[in-house]
Amino acid sequence: MEENKLTAWERMELIRHKGRPTVRDYIPMIFDEFYELHGDRLFGDDAAIIGGIARVHGISVTVLGQVKGHNLEENKKTNFSCPHPEGYRKALRLAHQAEKFHRPVICFIDTPGAFCGVAAEERGQGEAIARNLLEFSQLKTPVISIVLGEGGSGGALALGVCDTLGMLENSLYSVISPRGFASILWKDASREKEAAEIMHMRAEDLVEYGVCDGIIPEAPGGAHMNPQLTAGNIADFILDALKNLTQKSVANLLEARYNKFRKIGVFEEGGQIPPGSVLDDTLPGMDDLPEDGVSVSTEETDLNQVL
Amino acid sequence: MEDGGKDKEESAGKDSRAKIPKNLLFKCPRCGNVVFMEEFNAGLKVCPNCSYHSRISCQERLELTADRGSFVEYDADLTSLNPLEFPGYEEKVAAAQAKTGLKEAVITGECTIRTRRCVIIIMDSRFMMASMGSVVGEKVTRAFERATEKGLPVVAFTASGGARMQEGIISLMQMAKTSAAVARHSEAGLLYITVLTDPTTGGVTASFASLGDIIIAEPKVLIGFAGRRVIEGTIHQRLPDDFQSAEFLLEHGFVDMIVSRVNMRKTVSKLLKAHLPGQKLDL
Repeated sequence: MEENKLTAWERMELIRHKGRPTVRDYIPMIFDEFYELHGDRLFGDDAAIIGGIARVHGISVTVLGQVKGHNLEENKKTNFSCPHPEGYRKALRLAHQAEKFHRPVICFIDTPGAFCGVAAEERGQGEAIARNLLEFSQLKTPVISIVLGEGGSGGALALGVCDTLGMLENSLYSVISPRGFASILWKDASREKEAAEIMHMRAEDLVEYGVCDGIIPEAPGGAHMNPQLTAGNIADFILDALKNLTQKSVANLLEARYNKFRKIGVFEEGGQIPPGSVLDDTLPGMDDLPEDGVSVSTEETDLNQVL
Repeated sequence: MEDGGKDKEESAGKDSRAKIPKNLLFKCPRCGNVVFMEEFNAGLKVCPNCSYHSRISCQERLELTADRGSFVEYDADLTSLNPLEFPGYEEKVAAAQAKTGLKEAVITGECTIRTRRCVIIIMDSRFMMASMGSVVGEKVTRAFERATEKGLPVVAFTASGGARMQEGIISLMQMAKTSAAVARHSEAGLLYITVLTDPTTGGVTASFASLGDIIIAEPKVLIGFAGRRVIEGTIHQRLPDDFQSAEFLLEHGFVDMIVSRVNMRKTVSKLLKAHLPGQKLDL
């Protein structure tokens, strides 16, 4: 794969491109059949998360994904891909169903974050995400997650506790949006461009941190230039991961999944830096960061200020 | 404001005001009631007017909760590094250390509560609003792992502003790491009691704080996922005062009980007793 020279901010603009393929575009390109299943059986059906049963290379899998739209109309329907608790609970229900029928789970992450609103709080947004983290860590079937575009915070992680995490080469995954980061740490949301670079949120950065297991190449110029080609690359990644994961015993699978997250952390213990801890000398230098930039006006709404 | 006159008036008022030593009075952030600090401290830092349970240090919490001399601390020497090389992060941590006498925002260890042994986790909001970075995540995870090994229950007093932004994606991953450790502890059939204290928000609410078998909250404390201002910005209206309070969570089914500070030690110990193994029907 050729080196991707785009800055984090340039990638952010690319993944917010209206034409960027969404999970709804990719599903028919990657899978032979797809049967959408609805609802969390508790409250309702959240259109921000799609779920269902699909077939790929002769086997059944469960597909879950956060749904962006290409235009305002579609985005209104899917709440700009900001799920409510019932979305996460639908995902969990379908994940348990997959476990029952020994189907691998394929999660597509593409969200600015979990929705921040009154109803979301009333229905326990924090609990819904926490429950997914706990349950997915013990799900007795392979879980593969792929970041398609934005991997925004806990709302992304709720579909991100997996055995293998792949990221499209221009996708980003972070603890908060650059805008939120700049607003909280610098009290100046307009410095989001600068924040994007300092946050180390590119796929390459996440490989270094041990979060991301593989970078999936996009079509030259970005996924929207050739969705079919990009979908083919995603399919290859899924197939490779499935080949590897389906050979493992459930006990080994769960042990490896636990350790994947267990080892992430950077700290010092009694003056010593423990082995396995990612050190700053492995990180890219800060010399290539841009000067304090003037902010570029974007269409970003408050929805992106998601914790 | 472009009103020079008013500014002058305000600063004059400030100067002429009798100087009250900073630590003499407590003004409740919830109801605005003012009491003498002595009275406030004697009442376990609870507002006598509205019963808002104010923030206390982890040392104070430990004193109120554990049997005297029973606490043995785990992992006391873990300290943060600066994975993103974020400017000013080391200084911020150093300042919090100097202010609190703590190395990080959480203490963990083993203690007895009215003779009942447990692993205890106490977060301290004075330390960078007890945000969860690598050290908090690691200490909490190790506490659950030790409890699982030793077959002990866990009692966690949570308080947090959420994930520690300065550590980027690594802080987000602590949510997954701690939740997975809770899962293993739970699989082993062990009890986990969460006590939500002021404020429990963001990534901590969306991970181990919401995963207790029994979830207790102190009265009137703030508990939520998203920040209030973020939500107000999204919906463009002011939220009611009790939004994201302990009582709000109880009403919506996310908290088992609200327990006042004065009864907390007793309640927790009784719940620990109710889960002791080897109970037999006394006929």
